[in-house]
Amino acid sequence: MSFLQLQQLKKTFADGTEAVKGVDLSIDEGEFIVLLGPSGCGKTTTLRMVAGLEAPSDGRVIIAGQDVTRLRPAQRDVGFVFQFYALYPHMTVEQNIAFTLESTGAARRECRERVADVSRVMGLGALLRRYPRQLSGGDQQRVALARAVVRRPKVYLMDEPLGTLDADKRLEMREFIRSRQQEMKVTTIYVTHDQEEAMSLADRVVVMHEGMICQAGPPTEVYDDPASLFVARFVGSPGMNFIPGSVVADDGQRFFVPHQSQARMPLGRDVRPGPVTLGVRPEYVYPSSDGPIAGSVVMDEYQGNFRSIHIDTGFAHNLVMRAGDADARAVGESIRLSFNAEHTRFFDGNTGQRL
Amino acid sequence: MKIIRWLVIVVYFSVAVMPLAWLAITSFKLKEDTISPTAKFIPVASKIESPDGSDTSVLFTASTDAYRRLGAVNIGSDYSFFHYLANSLIIGALSALSAVGLGTACAYGFSRFRIAGAKDWLFFILSTRFLPPLAVVVPVFMMYRQFNLQNTHVGLILLYTSFNLSLSVWLMKGFIDDIPRAYEDAALVDGYSRLQAFWRIIVPHAATGMAVTAVFCLISALNEYGFAMALNSSRAVTVPVYFAGLQGNISGVPWPQVAAGALVFVVPVAVFTVLVRKHLLRGVTFGTIKQ
Repeated sequence: MSFLQLQQLKKTFADGTEAVKGVDLSIDEGEFIVLLGPSGCGKTTTLRMVAGLEAPSDGRVIIAGQDVTRLRPAQRDVGFVFQFYALYPHMTVEQNIAFTLESTGAARRECRERVADVSRVMGLGALLRRYPRQLSGGDQQRVALARAVVRRPKVYLMDEPLGTLDADKRLEMREFIRSRQQEMKVTTIYVTHDQEEAMSLADRVVVMHEGMICQAGPPTEVYDDPASLFVARFVGSPGMNFIPGSVVADDGQRFFVPHQSQARMPLGRDVRPGPVTLGVRPEYVYPSSDGPIAGSVVMDEYQGNFRSIHIDTGFAHNLVMRAGDADARAVGESIRLSFNAEHTRFFDGNTGQRL
Repeated sequence: MKIIRWLVIVVYFSVAVMPLAWLAITSFKLKEDTISPTAKFIPVASKIESPDGSDTSVLFTASTDAYRRLGAVNIGSDYSFFHYLANSLIIGALSALSAVGLGTACAYGFSRFRIAGAKDWLFFILSTRFLPPLAVVVPVFMMYRQFNLQNTHVGLILLYTSFNLSLSVWLMKGFIDDIPRAYEDAALVDGYSRLQAFWRIIVPHAATGMAVTAVFCLISALNEYGFAMALNSSRAVTVPVYFAGLQGNISGVPWPQVAAGALVFVVPVAVFTVLVRKHLLRGVTFGTIKQ
């Protein structure tokens, strides 16, 4: 049986907002789960319900075989890292970390040793006597992590812990969190809206949208086999390209016909005929003089080791093509594009679900 | 522009400080100098009497006599000034403490929990301030007679606590609203109960707010005159009532003593107010300023 289970978890706030509409999730011991989604998708509310900071309207939270739905946060044995650190401003770093040990009634000496241990691991040794306001954002976050792990709780919960850090610090802390988690093998739920962060940290990414789970799976699966248009667009930077059109059957063969176009692309596999949206990642789009899609370049984004070429093809969204760093394009240039059938994904034209 | 600004400040300061300065000067006078037709404001060690007995000099003989006599019992009073000062301080301090204690607990509830009709409750609490206190003097008087609370310290403490509670709830709600909930969430996850989190997280953070609220409550309790007079005749009489009672003194109002007593009464509060002035300003804006 899995270590942490969320069963039909729901949260409706007093003002009628349905923040979480029934989340089912089973998490194995030691697994690093990332809840990914845009703001307002219910990921933080879900996390707070696991911690006990928010009472679910319905559903159950089970940790290590025990139903903790009605238990106070203190009785759940979880560590929480808050978005804005929430270090106690009136306590030193040492007191902040020891505060949670004091609640368990641990002896003063044991507290000291545990704090010393965790500070060494987190690289906080020199900062123990300082107050939170005297620390940089990165160091504050390190203290917040130390506070969450010092009690060795059953589950770590992290609510966008890196959201307020500068880009370079964020990368550093990302590495730090990942390596500590792998060393300690503690079940972790990590909330973020940054898909890149999610991909690099997670054993399993759980994409949420409008209070529901759209897809849960390893990063590669979420990236390569998105379950819906939403996931395909949200994951990846830039996200997947979409071309509306329809699948037609002709002579036992299946073809994709883009909207308002005469081009026919053989699919080479069985997709049910009807209106669809074709999705293809920017890295699989390439220029080809006899390609089925025509358009003109509207923007050439130079990104160091590659370029993102934005192309107006007359559809609702510009198409993005990933090109080599030397492959510069002039704005206004006409271009024809193609992609291999094996890299295309099809979504139901009405529901947006993967076909 | 700068000159005008300074001028305004100086003028305002003079006007504001004038009564206090005069109080201080009067407290060092002898009684006859306080009732002289000529305003006397320059202290000297000893004054030379003018030969014709007329007294138009602005000089007066400085004396600490009034302060020494504060310990004496005046005719028509039961106790010395210090008894009444102690009354005022005990009643003021205890009522301020209870008002702040209850107010903080109440404000915490309003700030952190969903309470049905919270806005109406808060308005109701505030509305107790709209009533002119005079309107309830008679009923309070009757009740206090019924419950034998006249002439007791407890009676005034209860009364001032309930008067100040509305102010305390509103001020403390402002202060507590400003404390991020995340600190409490952190404490809850760190293994503490709601009550423990309140004591170990909210109280330390609200401490300045509580001090500010206490000052407001203390000042209002120390200044209160109407009820203190209506409900007391001897034992629990407070300083304002005592001073007012000296008006009818058979040997005339002992102005230097009144001034000396008033100064002793006012200075500690004034000093404390200056010390916490920055926070007082935060207090009166009802916590509307966010960092």
